[in-house]
Amino acid sequence: MKEFKREDREVKLFVGPQHPGVTGNMSFEITLEGDTLTSVKTHVGYLHRAFEKLMERRLYIQNFPLVCRICVPESDTNEENYARALEELAGIEVPERAKWIRTLVLELSRLQMFIRWMGGIAGTMGLSTAPQWAIGDRDYILDLFEELTGGRIYHIYILPGGVRRDIPEGFEERVLKVMDYIEKKLPDYDDLIFENSVFKKRLIGLSKLDPAWVEEIGVTGPVARACGFPFDVRKEQPYEIYDKLDFDIITETGCDMYSMALVRRREIDLSINLIRQIIDKMPKGEVWTPLPNVLYWKIPAGETYVKTEATRGEFGYYVVTDGSDKPRRIHVRGVSTPHAYTLLERLVPGMNISDFSVTIVGLQTCPPEIER
Amino acid sequence: MDIKGILKPLTAWKRAFKPPHTIEVPNKVTREGAERYRGFHVNDMDKCIGCGTCAAICENEAIKMIPINDPDKGNSGYRPRIDYGRCCWCALCVDICPTGSLEMTNEYTWVRETGDEFIFTPGIDIIGHEDKKDKGFKKDDKLNFLHLERVPMRELDPKERTQTFAEAVLGYSEEEARAEAERCVGCGLCISGCPDRMHIPDYIRAIAEGNDQKSLNIIYENNPLPEMCGKVCTRRCEFECSLGHLGEPVAIRWLKRYVVEQFDDLKKYVDAKPEPLNGKKVGIIGAGPAGLTAAYYLRLKGYETEIFEAAPKAGGMTFLGIPKYRFPIPSLDKQVELIESVGVKINYNSPVDSKKFKKIYDKYDAVFIATGAPKGMSMRIDGEDHPKVLAAIDFLKTINLGGTVDIGKEVVVVGGGNVAIDAVRVSKRLGANSYIAYRRRVVDMPADEEEIEATEAEGIPIYTQIIPLRVEDGPKGKVKLIYGKAKMVQEKEGARPRPVLIEGKEYEYVVDSIIVAIGQRPDLDFIPEDIRNKLEMEKRIIKVDKRQMTNIDKVFAGGDLANWTADAISAIADGLRAVKGIELYLSSKK
Repeated sequence: MKEFKREDREVKLFVGPQHPGVTGNMSFEITLEGDTLTSVKTHVGYLHRAFEKLMERRLYIQNFPLVCRICVPESDTNEENYARALEELAGIEVPERAKWIRTLVLELSRLQMFIRWMGGIAGTMGLSTAPQWAIGDRDYILDLFEELTGGRIYHIYILPGGVRRDIPEGFEERVLKVMDYIEKKLPDYDDLIFENSVFKKRLIGLSKLDPAWVEEIGVTGPVARACGFPFDVRKEQPYEIYDKLDFDIITETGCDMYSMALVRRREIDLSINLIRQIIDKMPKGEVWTPLPNVLYWKIPAGETYVKTEATRGEFGYYVVTDGSDKPRRIHVRGVSTPHAYTLLERLVPGMNISDFSVTIVGLQTCPPEIER
Repeated sequence: MDIKGILKPLTAWKRAFKPPHTIEVPNKVTREGAERYRGFHVNDMDKCIGCGTCAAICENEAIKMIPINDPDKGNSGYRPRIDYGRCCWCALCVDICPTGSLEMTNEYTWVRETGDEFIFTPGIDIIGHEDKKDKGFKKDDKLNFLHLERVPMRELDPKERTQTFAEAVLGYSEEEARAEAERCVGCGLCISGCPDRMHIPDYIRAIAEGNDQKSLNIIYENNPLPEMCGKVCTRRCEFECSLGHLGEPVAIRWLKRYVVEQFDDLKKYVDAKPEPLNGKKVGIIGAGPAGLTAAYYLRLKGYETEIFEAAPKAGGMTFLGIPKYRFPIPSLDKQVELIESVGVKINYNSPVDSKKFKKIYDKYDAVFIATGAPKGMSMRIDGEDHPKVLAAIDFLKTINLGGTVDIGKEVVVVGGGNVAIDAVRVSKRLGANSYIAYRRRVVDMPADEEEIEATEAEGIPIYTQIIPLRVEDGPKGKVKLIYGKAKMVQEKEGARPRPVLIEGKEYEYVVDSIIVAIGQRPDLDFIPEDIRNKLEMEKRIIKVDKRQMTNIDKVFAGGDLANWTADAISAIADGLRAVKGIELYLSSKK
């Protein structure tokens, strides 16, 4: 029998490629000493669908059913980004009302994503009541999407030139009703999750970032804001009609998982507030500028980078056109790419193995957007 | 110790006593999908034309056009089949459908016993969800990927144009043509409408892409008279256009006109290289569209072709019959010049009689007769031989050849076809107060609707449901057309109503001239009697097979004398078929 040596104490394990939280297929090769992690290596490739390449072979309009799949739960950011890039390159004006509707869709999308995330983070800690609530409550927003766009997850609603349909009659009231409902439920979530002493105990101090990493690695979104960086594309470089809405950038200073969670919790309130503002101020008018014949639509040669604030951070599309009817190259900046690689690898040493999936969900990694 | 933080989560227990707010699927689904829900496809077979635009926009290639057994006229004969293994329910197909036939239901689930039912042709395969039509995602008027409105064509002011024989339609500018061409979805249904099967979507695409010369050469693949077609074609293609179902069809005719108008000297731009002569000779009688087409393409294939034309110019009825404000001489000359430049020999002013026909018959390896239908039909009423009664075709011919006709101040034109419209508009331009008398209603008129509109715009009245009874002498050297009114009787379901004379009451027009434009017939007197007796006829036209061959050895026929449609593009199609027929005939003879 082989004698047990101290240097053999390190164990290599694979986490994934099944969902390591509720995020998507991704694999982590972790090294353990006892139940403490010493390092991690992120492996992707299990969800690769070659979207960027596929888009080069399809007509501009045909890419809309593709882009919404780049981040499955938050499809609208992709549609809006891609549409805005094409509008910029082709010189298409979007009617004012369409911009308001787009912003409404984006905020509804953000809201459902954060509600879903609340369930996700609690679920990774074994608090399985929260996911039941979150998924149920999120469905009320999906019902709204179904009514507005015809789809619950993949909306294919934002097209260049505006949006596909005007909002149905009475839709505003129904949105406000759902907002009231969610707002009423939020204290329950606070009691269950954010003020839960177990939750606090596990998250405070967990995955503490060095604020210097934020700019070094390219960390954005709630993770950066939890380190006190006021990074928010909605304010920094307002798109659609964000410059007409009244809001402040949410920041926390803890640099840890708990601060990130608090940023996201406060973002929920902000989204509800923004949705109410949008419905209050939305102008009347057209929602669509006719496009050229979409089957032969050619866009003049050019390149552009457009970005939006997704739930996870700065989401961007770099689009190059060459005057043909198909894009020459599209590169998608998936927000969680730096989060899931470099940042995670730096955070992991010394972490308890049970906190690993909490960290992945806490950084809100989204493998589909890493593997475009 | 954080007592609050330990106790607070326990408040979640209060929810244990509340009923669930989620719905159990599939047993207890109590709600229907939203009105816009993108469920499963339904296709209205009464509306679908099988144009395939849905398949063109589908990024997943989930839609395949498959042939169906019983296509109606005007359809492609194909219907979209959808593969739910590939479909992603984006409904772009619904939004682009040119007829609005394709819709989606609001169903959530698609549970089937066999995998076969995941590939189905909505509307053909009945699978029991058809009643959910109108409940889900459907086409919206506001968002339209199609451009349903046509770029308007500029025309001379109606008042101004009745004073002159200058061209009434002005043609598209470059910008207008590109915009109009851009509307085409490229479905190709128009090809089925064109007797000549021109490659319409291809040349329209070339225009949209700014490549006029490419477009010109695509057109010249099977039409040597495109400027003529671009100006006066009966444009059967446009009636098939898929955009015509919800909007206006693409102006295919005007686009063709635009392309040819861009080139003054066609010889430089048309890629027409005749093959070296192969020693076979084809004689062609009549330089109308059919004769010119046959001569041009036969010459390109290496046959020596010679045309015998009675008139001083080529073009046939497009030269003699069509007024110059629709088809001016320079347009015609330009095209004939190209045809002659490849080596086609045209003998002008050389009418063919039976003696000459025999000579041609003996000299050439094949003979193509394309003399058209130059004789006006008679009304078969008393007094029709009155000197003030003119055949429209003779009247137009005289005017086009530069002659004069004394039609007086007041003219009635009898008929409702394009020739009647031409005759009445020419009379107006000659200064007469002219009008049309037609036995059916305006909607029944065989004339092109744009021509009818133009006539009305020029202030020319169209009197309908008028049946001429007889012609009599009128006062002061005038002539009287006595007529009765007709009522429209629908004899058979679906058939066009027939005008029936209302007996008893008679009315009259007292005019200076009566122009009769109720159709024409071929004149075959030039064919020697022995051949004419053997020649198989189909009523008043020559019977030909699908390669335009008559029952007489080495004699082919085409154009109005062998074709009931009797328009220029059908004559061109006949000419092309004759090219194939003659080629086959001569190559089999050796």
